[in-house]
Amino acid sequence: MTTRTAELLMAILMGLLSVGLMWKSTELEIGWIPDRGPGGGAWPFWLSAVMLLCCLVTVYRWWRRATPQSRSEAEFMDRNTRRINFITVGSLVALLGLTHVIGIYFAIFFFLLFYIRFVGRHSWPLTGILSVATPIFLFFFFEALLRILLPKGYSEPLFYPLYRIIY
Amino acid sequence: MEIFDALMQGFATAVTPQNLLLMMLGCVIGLFVGAMPGLGSVNGVAILLPVTFLVPPTGAIIFLAAVYYGAMYGGAISSIMLGIPGASTAVATVFDGRPLAMQGKADWALVAAAVGSFVGGTISVILFTLFAPPLADFALKFGPQEEFALMMLAFATFIGLGGDDIPKTIFSIAVGLVFAAVGLDEISGQPRLIFFDIPGFYHGINFLVLAIGIYGIGEILWTLETSQGDVKVSQASFTASRILDAFKRLKSSTLTIISSSFLGYFVGILPAAGATPASLMAYGVAKTMSKDPDSFGKGNITGVAAPETANNAASTGSMLPMITLGIPGSPTTAILLGGMIIWGLRPGPLLFVNHPEFVWGLIGSLYMANLFTVIINIAFIPLFVSVLKLSFTILAPIIFVLCIVGGYAPTQDLHDVWLIIIFGVVFYLLRKLNYPVAPAVLAIVLGPLTERALRQSLVAEQGNVATFVERPLSATILVLAVLLIVLPVIKMMKHKKKSAAADDGPEADES
Repeated sequence: MTTRTAELLMAILMGLLSVGLMWKSTELEIGWIPDRGPGGGAWPFWLSAVMLLCCLVTVYRWWRRATPQSRSEAEFMDRNTRRINFITVGSLVALLGLTHVIGIYFAIFFFLLFYIRFVGRHSWPLTGILSVATPIFLFFFFEALLRILLPKGYSEPLFYPLYRIIY
Repeated sequence: MEIFDALMQGFATAVTPQNLLLMMLGCVIGLFVGAMPGLGSVNGVAILLPVTFLVPPTGAIIFLAAVYYGAMYGGAISSIMLGIPGASTAVATVFDGRPLAMQGKADWALVAAAVGSFVGGTISVILFTLFAPPLADFALKFGPQEEFALMMLAFATFIGLGGDDIPKTIFSIAVGLVFAAVGLDEISGQPRLIFFDIPGFYHGINFLVLAIGIYGIGEILWTLETSQGDVKVSQASFTASRILDAFKRLKSSTLTIISSSFLGYFVGILPAAGATPASLMAYGVAKTMSKDPDSFGKGNITGVAAPETANNAASTGSMLPMITLGIPGSPTTAILLGGMIIWGLRPGPLLFVNHPEFVWGLIGSLYMANLFTVIINIAFIPLFVSVLKLSFTILAPIIFVLCIVGGYAPTQDLHDVWLIIIFGVVFYLLRKLNYPVAPAVLAIVLGPLTERALRQSLVAEQGNVATFVERPLSATILVLAVLLIVLPVIKMMKHKKKSAAADDGPEADES
């Protein structure tokens, strides 16, 4: 896909999003309520209308070839970028998905193991140290020092002995 | 003389061993909390507030004020070293701090931030000491109309001075404002923009979600694209002579630093504004006043000093209405205010009479905290610089982890973390198409304040839109905002005309 096509596609998608937001805003009153001022939906409704207007201007400027992006026939995202982005976003989604199941500390361990060893191709000792040390540091920083509990999923019982130490 | 004696008394309170220790501890903790993407002074102060019930109120406020100061600087560290603002107050620091770090001049940016913060903090504490009551009275004259005008000024700065595609900039602002409207409508209490009835939207979209998405996930995707994953971010070196060199370079920014201190302080006093718009405005003003505005955004040291000076000055400024009137000037001071009430103190003018040791102890400690923070900051620069020497495939996953954990911590809802990833990817794609992303973050922070000010003004004036121009103060601010938008447009049109004339010239000759 060329950058020129991407520019048009993005403007259309964002325009559709704006229409969606305008429609969603109408669930509340978008006009003036006597003695009470503008309705709750007015502010997001008119802002979404501004968004839509900006998208229309962008489409018009695309047609006129007025912006550098609308003139560019270069590839929007090359193969290597697509690959690294796919791996990165995919592993982030996996990290978050795993957090729901095995908890954030174990998910972080697997995420770092994968990313440092298989994407970064660093040595096993370095991978091991960082993958183990990061969740341990985070645990003591958040749970012991700041008293913020992070999600643990099914791994919660494994933390009971640690709770006894820190609380 | 009376003020001087009271201040000396304040210093005496601040240097007691316990208070001094609390101040140092506060600075160090604040620095690290601020440097973590997603955790800023608000989170630091909120999280540590319960800890302070163990010490007397004076010690407690000294500790929390030091955390506030430390976090203000800490935000600059992640802005410069990672390209992710640790808090909204450090968004403007990224604009020039990041390019400087990428050029291997991270140490210059850190020195500029430290010195700017120190000068901004010191000047504002002096102003705080001298002019507290009259300035607070002036700020009280600000009604919702003036607050709304002030927000417009902040947005106008972006449209007028951003130098980006104008429709795309306005789109970015509007998107941020709409996201800020998600959740419960403050006035009617009705649920608003609850997409697909997902319960996570009821608590709204925290600005950190968008900020971490854009500056955490999106930024790393951007860097991965440019580095292809195997190039080190930058080679930064640190020597005493380079630090001295940075000091010399800062000489040219002296005027900017001083003017940003005053600007930051006054914007900080205003209940609606605070450190974020102060830093953005200071950046805008520094760019406008500069002899070389084109170098901003590409690694100009003044572009780091200006916002950092202003945000520190504003953080002190925001304490003024809190102490004298009981009105918080920023979210962080709102939490401090809550703390004071729990400690059994009643904020307001009477505080100066009933608890002088508390007020002057705090003021004395602000001077000391300033000095201590600048020393610790400069001493830690080698440590921060070494962060950049890590391979990007080590740094990137660790930043991702910090973003995920930092995004979860404020609301403790995984729904927000999913949003962070979605925003990260979408705004990365938008950025590739030259949509500026910083205005969206500014807008989501200022969104609730802007809407409240607008609706309050309209309700109070029975829908009379002219109320914004009928009041002299709000009219003046609005005129400034319009000028900020119009001037660059005229400049651009003149430039176009000139280049068109230059293009026509040879043709005319030929004919």
